[in-house]
Amino acid sequence: MMNDVRYMAPSTLDEAAGALAAANGAGRILAGGTDLLVQMRAGVVSPGVIIDVKKIAEMTTIEAVGGGFRIGAAVSGAVVGEHAALRQAWPGVVEAINLIGSKQIQGRASAGGNLCNASPAADSVPALVAAAATVTIHGPKGRREVPVEKIHAGPGRTTLERGEIVVSFTLPPRAPGSADAYLRLIPRTEMDIAVVGCGVNLTVQGGTCTSARVGLGAVAPTVLLVEDAAQALIGSRLDDKALDAAAAACRAVCKPINDKRGTIAYRTKIAGVLLKRATAIALERAGRH
Amino acid sequence: MSNGSYKWIGTRPNRPDGADKVTGRARFGADFNMPGQLIGKVLRSPHAHARIRSIDTSAAAALPGVKAVVTAQDFPDQPNVVVPTGEMQVNLRDVTRNVMAREKALYEGHAVAAVAATTEAVARQALALIKVDYEVLPHVIDVEAAMKDDAPVLHDHLITEGVKPAPDKASNIAKRMDNVKGDVEAGFRQAEVVIERRYATQPVHQGYIEPHATLASAAEDGQVQIWSTTQGHFQVRGFCSRLLGVEASQIRVTPSEIGGGFGGKTVVYLEPVAMRLSQKTGKPVKMVMSREEVFRASGPAPGGTVAVKIGARRDGRIVAAECTVALQAGAFPGSPLGPACWTSFACYDIDNIKVVGFDVVSNRPKVAAYRAPGAPISAWAVESTLDILAQELGMDPIDLRLKNAAKKGTKTSYGPTFDTIGFVETLEAVKSSAHYRSPVKPGMARGVAAGFWFNVGADSSAAAHVAEDGTVTVISGNPDIGGSRASLALMAAEELGVDYDKVRPVIADTSSIGFNFVTGGSRVTFATGLAVVNSVKDMIRELKVRAAKTWKVDPEAVVWENGHARPAGSNVGEFEPLSLADLAASAGRTGGPINGHAQLNAQGAGPGFGVHVVDLAVDRDTGIVTIDRYTAAQDVGTAIHPSYVEGQLQGGVVQGVGWALNEEYIYNAKGKLDNPGFLDYRMPVASDLPMIETILVEVPNPHHPYGVRGVGEVPIVPPLAAVGNAVARATGVRMTDLPMSPPRLSAALDAATPRMAAE
Amino acid sequence: MAKTHVSTTINGEPVEFLCDPTQSLLDVLRDNLGLTGSKEGCGSGDCGACSVTLDNRLVCSCLILAPEAEGHSIRTIEGMAQGDQLHPLQQKFVELAALQCGICTPGFLVASKALLDRNPDPTETEIRYWLAGNLCRCTGYDKIIRAVMEVAADMREAAR
Repeated sequence: MMNDVRYMAPSTLDEAAGALAAANGAGRILAGGTDLLVQMRAGVVSPGVIIDVKKIAEMTTIEAVGGGFRIGAAVSGAVVGEHAALRQAWPGVVEAINLIGSKQIQGRASAGGNLCNASPAADSVPALVAAAATVTIHGPKGRREVPVEKIHAGPGRTTLERGEIVVSFTLPPRAPGSADAYLRLIPRTEMDIAVVGCGVNLTVQGGTCTSARVGLGAVAPTVLLVEDAAQALIGSRLDDKALDAAAAACRAVCKPINDKRGTIAYRTKIAGVLLKRATAIALERAGRH
Repeated sequence: MSNGSYKWIGTRPNRPDGADKVTGRARFGADFNMPGQLIGKVLRSPHAHARIRSIDTSAAAALPGVKAVVTAQDFPDQPNVVVPTGEMQVNLRDVTRNVMAREKALYEGHAVAAVAATTEAVARQALALIKVDYEVLPHVIDVEAAMKDDAPVLHDHLITEGVKPAPDKASNIAKRMDNVKGDVEAGFRQAEVVIERRYATQPVHQGYIEPHATLASAAEDGQVQIWSTTQGHFQVRGFCSRLLGVEASQIRVTPSEIGGGFGGKTVVYLEPVAMRLSQKTGKPVKMVMSREEVFRASGPAPGGTVAVKIGARRDGRIVAAECTVALQAGAFPGSPLGPACWTSFACYDIDNIKVVGFDVVSNRPKVAAYRAPGAPISAWAVESTLDILAQELGMDPIDLRLKNAAKKGTKTSYGPTFDTIGFVETLEAVKSSAHYRSPVKPGMARGVAAGFWFNVGADSSAAAHVAEDGTVTVISGNPDIGGSRASLALMAAEELGVDYDKVRPVIADTSSIGFNFVTGGSRVTFATGLAVVNSVKDMIRELKVRAAKTWKVDPEAVVWENGHARPAGSNVGEFEPLSLADLAASAGRTGGPINGHAQLNAQGAGPGFGVHVVDLAVDRDTGIVTIDRYTAAQDVGTAIHPSYVEGQLQGGVVQGVGWALNEEYIYNAKGKLDNPGFLDYRMPVASDLPMIETILVEVPNPHHPYGVRGVGEVPIVPPLAAVGNAVARATGVRMTDLPMSPPRLSAALDAATPRMAAE
Repeated sequence: MAKTHVSTTINGEPVEFLCDPTQSLLDVLRDNLGLTGSKEGCGSGDCGACSVTLDNRLVCSCLILAPEAEGHSIRTIEGMAQGDQLHPLQQKFVELAALQCGICTPGFLVASKALLDRNPDPTETEIRYWLAGNLCRCTGYDKIIRAVMEVAADMREAAR
């Protein structure tokens, strides 16, 4: 029953975290609402308190900090996409966030919501994992910083504790010759959930890859950081042999399911295909920096 | 291309309902409300197949705000009688069971009870309080599984029709249909090349963006008003009358604007339920389906299997053709099996044809019509097989079709002999088109396919009224689903010789105009257009009488030209022409109001043929198909309003492309639909497509004063095979099962190229 | 259920309404305020028929809680024509037959206007991707895309 649902829009994090903790598991954070409202309508969740965080300044702004960026967890994809400096430094992260849903969805949906919805197919997450983004969490016990890949615990489940709110993402400073890219496979050209998503973040110096991170989505219960793929790329000149090895590493970590969006065989194959294609895009971008 | 003698026909004026539809003013199904209305909601079966032992509605009925609960007990049972609806036939015994499950729930989403309450929230709470005692039964989803001897049987009474001797036990095969021309065995003996393949398609939904919605208000004196989004408000009246035992004239159904139908809104789901709830409560009851309900409970097009065998001489002449079609009917008999069989080889002049069809029930929603019902399924198979034949013979695919094209005088396998048709002209138009003459771009491939639809005539009524200032209203009774008001007004203006904007078309409710069969079968511009033209002719006859009275001459001495009555010749006398306005102004002195009426059963609907060409690329690593260029050519009779004719072609093409590439119903092991929403039921979006080029080939239908042929349905027939043929030519891999979705196409490519799979 | 009071601006006019906290903005527009031009095709943000702008940002009104409208400015299809003048997009949609049944049309118009307000010179591809969140099942999109392209060209011409 939805009899006693309360809506609140606090302007401070303490107030929001307090209300969330007090709701005893029946509270839901409302950022863009593009997942929450669908789930409420389907009867999947019936919150007692809906805590709208869009009046909290820290969660709704983008700042350049210490050579990197801090992106409020509730900033909409559309606003992220309009941030020229962020787009320049982290094109892969921005395109991943901008792939969440239609233009209408982009007007509301946020990276924080995408992360906390905890879908293994969340588009923003593989790119944020590849970017080595950290997450600032505010809770009843104070604040903590966590690598983004530590948030997902399984489909629909996170490692957040009661009363904790994801406040922002921090993207590190960029070394010269660095760039990222995100690709996903969907059956149509838009409006689908990723069958596989792959984020690649590279630094290339003198033609040699000196650092790399690879994030893979929709191929396991959580988004994966694929260290073996990164290792295959690091130290190479990103030649076919290195790419084949990295693609094989991606395929090797896949533990997907057969479902309405793809088969185990298909997802596994595509993980390798996207690794190669995303790496090529990141390399091309790195050359321009 | 239109006949130059027309003033209005072939022009592209703004549609009469344009402003309403671009401002949000137009009222669609869910936009109607009445003071004091209740909200109705349906409880649906969670099981694919279950016996309903009992339903306890007491707790729901006791909930404050709940005003009525209904189950099948509230609907009288119906006799085993088949009635036509749109292009489909339905059995009243089955219709009442589809509206509300009786002995068994036959598919997930099948309605088992409904409530009317003061708010939607209360109605939802009430549904949760209804206790249904189900005995869950084994279920069967797919057509071939349902045909097996050991399949769970849906209906104990269902004995296969069309088999001699009649089987002695019930099965899921409702009907066998045989359709023979010539001697197919002898034909195959003459063949130098024989191609044989088996194909399969999945059910697809019409995908209208507006969910079903209705508002019913039953008064204490037994009269009922219904507002409904429907392709046929007279059918709504008829079904509600039959299912609830209320005389038809007591029920007045007003059609709302309709947000798409494509055949899917020719049947009733909510209307009888809302009416019954309104009867029980004495209040208006509004019911709107959610998108999920639309997918789980309304009728899609069937999926099916088609086995095709075609034999030809080396010169391309087809000497024998055979196919076996099995279609899913859903939970009750009545797939579009006939059309699927009859259209299969209708494009071609073949001496020896044999078609066998099976109508098969399974635990899915009862199928409904969808744009050329059945035809895309058999065309997918036949046109793919012809492409294989063309490749085998090294022939251009258009030339192969030209060599065998049906023309005037060709006798079809299902009986009729074609009158004037435009298939050859359409093939030639494609052959000489800029698209077909252009080289195929590197990395692309080109596919060609053809398609056929009969088009329908049937019953229409119309009236034309002159207002006191000489402007005209034409009244008919078919919901305008894609611009038909404009085409009707154009024909009326042409006939009357007045400006288009002096003619206002109106769609009347069931009590305000005579019977009109559904908006379906591509019949409205043809049949209702004919009724409108005839009503205008009737009005002109009256106008001439009034002019004759004014001039004191014989009516035969008056002619009607360019919107004026004129003397037939100089011997009649010297009179100034009388305009509509003149005659309207003097009507009170010459006999009162000036109106015209017509009613008819339109015969001679001209069949239509389409030929489509597509250029596309296949990403071999991912199985993703990208359409680069698409041209649809069609024999459209006369294009009354060419923009809306082009629109029919373009819309049909894109629905066909969706059918080919991504659309399908996905069921889980429990027989529950896994993709009941637009996220995972993947209809094409704007970024999936290029512009859709059209070629309107105007071969007038001799059985219509303006040469009209239906145009709406043909365009969904060719795209499936056009895309498949291009995919085959791009990859060397012939897909036989739809959809050619990326995982499926990728798997087929990998299977054909083991090296890639290992990569 | 206690009602929530919301003050907002709709099509430039101040509006107050009472709603359930879980009611969607779309439901309030349609059921409480009688603005039925915004349509519900899916209720899950997948069809775009309920498109409106919130502070000039294109959104699906089915995915916004009505209380979220507090203090914001909403524009719907009903606010698109100025007086008795159709917006050029509305006019062009009618002229080019960019609608058949018309149920998706309000959403396409609101979305198209949001695009042209932001980008007066979009390519065909940009238009197609911008409008990918609006489903049309009748037209195959062709005439819709052409209408938006023509209006963009007309508006650029007029601005010169």
